[in-house]
Amino acid sequence: MKMNGARILLECLKKEGVDTIFGYPGGTVINIYDELFSCKEIRHILPRHEQAGTHAADGLARATGKVGVAIATSGPGATNTVTAIATAYMDSIPMVIITGQVPTPLIGNDAFQEVDIIGITRPCTKHSFLVRDVKELATIMKKAFHIARTGRPGPVLVDLPKDVQIAQTEFHYPDTIELRSYKPTVEGHPRQIERAISMLLASKKPVVYVGGGAILAEAAGELTAFCDLLGVPVTTTLLGLGAYPEDRPNSLRMLGMHGTYYANMAMTDTDMLVAVGARFDDRVTGKLSTFAPHAKIIHIDVDPTSIKKNVRVDLPIVGDVKDVLIKMIKEVQAHPEKVAAFKESILPWSAQIEGWKAKHPLTYKHAASVIKPQYVIEKLRELSDPDVIVTTDVGQHQMWTAQFFTFTKPRTLLTSGGLGTMGYGLPAAMGAQAAFPERQVITICGDGGVQMNIQEMATLVQNKLPVKIVILNNNFLGMVRQWQELFFDKRYSQTCMEFPIDYIKLADAYGAKGFRATKTEEVEDMIKQGLAHDGPVIMEFMIAREEKVLPMVPAGASLNEMVLNA
Amino acid sequence: MKHTISVLVENEFGVLARVSSLFSGRGFNIDCLSVAPTNDETISRITLETRGDEQILEQINKQLNKLIDVIKVIDFTDGSGIEREMALIKVTAEDESRAEVLRIVDIFRAKIIDVTPRSYTIETTGSPAKINAILELLRPLGLKELVRTGPVAIGRGAKGWKG
Ligand SMILES: Cc1ncc(C[n+]2csc(CCOP(=O)(O)OP(=O)(O)O)c2C)c(N)n1
Ligand SMILES: [Mg+2]
Repeated sequence: MKMNGARILLECLKKEGVDTIFGYPGGTVINIYDELFSCKEIRHILPRHEQAGTHAADGLARATGKVGVAIATSGPGATNTVTAIATAYMDSIPMVIITGQVPTPLIGNDAFQEVDIIGITRPCTKHSFLVRDVKELATIMKKAFHIARTGRPGPVLVDLPKDVQIAQTEFHYPDTIELRSYKPTVEGHPRQIERAISMLLASKKPVVYVGGGAILAEAAGELTAFCDLLGVPVTTTLLGLGAYPEDRPNSLRMLGMHGTYYANMAMTDTDMLVAVGARFDDRVTGKLSTFAPHAKIIHIDVDPTSIKKNVRVDLPIVGDVKDVLIKMIKEVQAHPEKVAAFKESILPWSAQIEGWKAKHPLTYKHAASVIKPQYVIEKLRELSDPDVIVTTDVGQHQMWTAQFFTFTKPRTLLTSGGLGTMGYGLPAAMGAQAAFPERQVITICGDGGVQMNIQEMATLVQNKLPVKIVILNNNFLGMVRQWQELFFDKRYSQTCMEFPIDYIKLADAYGAKGFRATKTEEVEDMIKQGLAHDGPVIMEFMIAREEKVLPMVPAGASLNEMVLNA
Repeated sequence: MKHTISVLVENEFGVLARVSSLFSGRGFNIDCLSVAPTNDETISRITLETRGDEQILEQINKQLNKLIDVIKVIDFTDGSGIEREMALIKVTAEDESRAEVLRIVDIFRAKIIDVTPRSYTIETTGSPAKINAILELLRPLGLKELVRTGPVAIGRGAKGWKG
């Protein structure tokens, strides 16, 4: 049967098992929206801004592991998605973004709402396609999904001119796709794996350092089994939180700029660093020349470009993290005596780490007079469901969440790590809630960033997405203020949000419910009420205004040069 | 160090832009670049000359390989390839210097492809070193215009790039 391109597009989405998409109509996608009008299988959610819609698709992808799908019209619709595409790209999130384009004969003519979105997004997409013939559309969609989800995942943009949406052809969706130029290495090299295990078992001060790659590869289970088998300490990056349960004794929690004292000390002292799906970002390594100075480094990653990009590596293993860990577990199990000896030999190291933990645990000063943000985070953990999904915005609140929430499961923290995009938290929560209507979804935001996509309150209420929005209100662009306090003589240039917003009224205006706590003793009750409310909620906490995120490794300093209390 | 790299890519829309924006976006240098289809018309061959230390070169190779449309990357730096380049050179040739130009052209087995009473235009091919050498000799006579293709390279031996 012949179909038009718009219909073929939707048929392709169905074949890929896509059931929820986020998009915003306009002239060059109107044909797609006409087909959507009668499409029962795909739920379309209309955000109030294309950036938010695309973040929502990203949130859905991070929460589920599926490919997130967003649609935008040509020109301004397409450019509005760019920040969200870049956000997904930096964190390797599988997405397919479909943009309308002016009809092919008009391309290059500066037509109305024409923009070279492929050119604009080239540096922040894994790949992109301009569909020039409806006959290519199905194959291109197949390729787009394949590329987005395999290897190191990432966003793929499909630019679809209006005339291609109208043109007709037979629909045939290929079952499989072969790309001669794209064959990611999945299986880790067996010899390298053997060597890695013998290196590791010969070490005295090992640390496993885990990034978001472990979660993307669905390898949290294998990772936990592997580490527990050997009894090695584990630290994670911001994106790795949840890959290894933070409530286990071997967890060092997060490392890096706002990591724990003991994680950063262990990184500095270790003689054997096993990096798993991590990319040695500068927020993690601090000053490169003094990073893990005594360590041999084993680096497991699906993306060869991540290996030896920033740090020297003694033993690279290119492959899917899950595949490699399964083989590493087998290799370890094959040598029980060696493992027993190894466990024995790292006892002094464990003791040293316990010493660091006792000396400087992750902590904060309680205050009766004013709400401490860390306390709010701890209470949120305590009072929320065990399988709660938390998203954050970017700033101090994000770091307090990372430090104090205690993540124990993968895909339960969705946060913009690589790009650090303010405005991410609320729409990402929207995407996660759309994917999991029955689960609790909380977004933890600052008073600055929450404003960047606050319009999505309307989408939440309209679509009955009961996201709980937590605002840690310090009336500051807190993270920047903290830098100004520490490094710019308290010159708070443009970081004080002088203008108070009445979030209770705001919630009310959108048809949601608002709560505010100004005293510590109100926190617990308010969280209970907020979480129990059946529908979207804003919970605003007036927090200690000049509270700092600590520890802090100043930019450019070594990991062991932490500011612990300032 | 200078490296000549051949990149075999899908002969598709926008591929060159991807390769060149990879270089500019990551701060890698491209000194020369040439592109043309191959005997397999679905594949184009990009030859580029770049420089950097070992670590940068490793990144360049890996990053090129990571581009979805790149089929193969061949780094010829280890002497495994033969490099050739072409240059078109317009040189001042008046009175006594006309004979001198002709002598140089002869020695280098170059060709005169255009003549006027005041100039010769020369075509020459060879290794980049040979082109540099002829330019050294012609420069004092007055170069009016120089066009170089940049090197193209092919592997030594009986095997093609597919092996
Ligand atoms: C889109 C964007 N603009 C600017 C920044 C720089 N920035 C990082 S954190 C921050 C302050 C955020 O303030 P707020 O949302 O109130 O969170 P807080 O740090 O106070 O918890 C800013 C401006 C950013 N990360 N993203
Ligand atoms: Mg703030």
